[in-house]
Amino acid sequence: MKFRSVFDIIGPVMVGPSSSHTAGAARIGRVARTLFGRQPDWAEIRLYGSFAETYKGHGTDVAIIGGLLDYDTDDERIRTAFDEAEQVGLKFEFITESEEPEHPNTAKIRIGDADGEMELTGISIGGGKMEVTELNGFTLRLTGHYPALLIVHHDRPGVIASVANALAADGINIAHMECGRKEKGEMALMVIEVDQIITDSMIRLISDLDNVTQVSILAD
Amino acid sequence: MDILFSTVKELVGLAEESGRPISEIMIEQEMLITKRSREDVIAQMERNLEVMEEAVEKGLKGVSSTSGLTGGDAVLIQNYIKSGKSLSGNLLLDAVSKAVATNEVNAAMGMICATPTAGAAGIVPGTLFAVKDKLNPTREQMINFLFTSGAFGFVVANNASISGAAGGCQAETGSAASMAAAAIVEMAGGTPQQSAEAFSIVMKNMLGLVCDPVAGLVEVPCVKRNAMGAAKALVGADMALAGVTSVIPTDEVIEAMHRIGRSMPSALRETAKGGLAATPTGKRLEAEIFGKKAEESVVD
Repeated sequence: MKFRSVFDIIGPVMVGPSSSHTAGAARIGRVARTLFGRQPDWAEIRLYGSFAETYKGHGTDVAIIGGLLDYDTDDERIRTAFDEAEQVGLKFEFITESEEPEHPNTAKIRIGDADGEMELTGISIGGGKMEVTELNGFTLRLTGHYPALLIVHHDRPGVIASVANALAADGINIAHMECGRKEKGEMALMVIEVDQIITDSMIRLISDLDNVTQVSILAD
Repeated sequence: MDILFSTVKELVGLAEESGRPISEIMIEQEMLITKRSREDVIAQMERNLEVMEEAVEKGLKGVSSTSGLTGGDAVLIQNYIKSGKSLSGNLLLDAVSKAVATNEVNAAMGMICATPTAGAAGIVPGTLFAVKDKLNPTREQMINFLFTSGAFGFVVANNASISGAAGGCQAETGSAASMAAAAIVEMAGGTPQQSAEAFSIVMKNMLGLVCDPVAGLVEVPCVKRNAMGAAKALVGADMALAGVTSVIPTDEVIEAMHRIGRSMPSALRETAKGGLAATPTGKRLEAEIFGKKAEESVVD
């Protein structure tokens, strides 16, 4: 079941003109910002497929920059996101790719600052919904049929158990789960698809667990 | 995940067994799935209603898109209604103009509520605010109109598609018009089964509609497809309220829409490469707007 809530149908409230090319694009940018954890200094955005063909007319570019500035789909500042980016010192570049993507609405976002960088690939699947398919070269094999959580954490014993316990305590069942890390003891990733909707309070609860650095919803 | 319904048959069955309207079943399912309180769910839908009201109001004052392709038609239709010369009827044209108003605001990068998508966002509010003047609903009934639309859209989104890129315009304005017809029936006092009949009657007349936007923009022909979608929603609702039924059951109509969408070539699914987008004028406009060579967008 890809659509779970009535507000997936009657919603989102958004700046036009396209739920997939504007609202979905803003959400991809915003997930990148959330996972990066701070305002990046620069961004390099590659657009593929229909995004590359029609981004200008749909405001896909301003929407992604708006997302990187942490604007939601209904934030009217999306329209002037380029100006706002200049004011806060976010330099950006858009590159259109002719390569045929797996999904027609694909964006690859590389962002960074003096302290680090991050790369994320997102797809906009319609009605404003989006999914993350790749993070820092780590392919995320999401089915898209369930709400999904992405958790960035330190590679330490017990972190996975503490997250699983927090979900279980709230009656949330794990449908699929993937774990990965770059180096032993370094940054690790958990991708968890669950059967129930993830509430904001659950995200806060997991964020507060020891050794967890970032939590984001990848497909809602 | 616990859900109450995944087909229209189940939805109508639940409503009829319990003697409650479809909107109520949708609210209950939303509370069950999202674990949110009733007040919370209703408050969010009221906020969506407010956004729709503001968009219609703004569009009726006259807006223009950045490309210059659309804008101002909602005003023309309202002025025509005031002239008293309308042939198809004031309520019907009022719905048409309010659907156009919303989509013109959307094309101008204004704030709208997607129903079920931004490109089809005019039909549900357009018909709601037009029948409002005749049926004098309470605020609660107006919010319920959106829940009933959402209940039918929920079934379509999960069993077929609401995306033009996946299923053509039938999946977007087709879904929106059918959802609106079902909601009009409930507001007018029809039965849950009559809502389903209205949905089927309208959807059957949207089947096969392709997504062929000029220059890939949500403007031509999207705005006018919202206009006619609103008109079909009202006529379909009236037919169902008159007692007309659909020979093909609703879930089978939805399944047919899904199959037709899957067999549409990609040129007719939101790629701006076929249909109206590939006409000489469509290609010229694309070249003018994006400064591209017209030859780049050749028909398949």
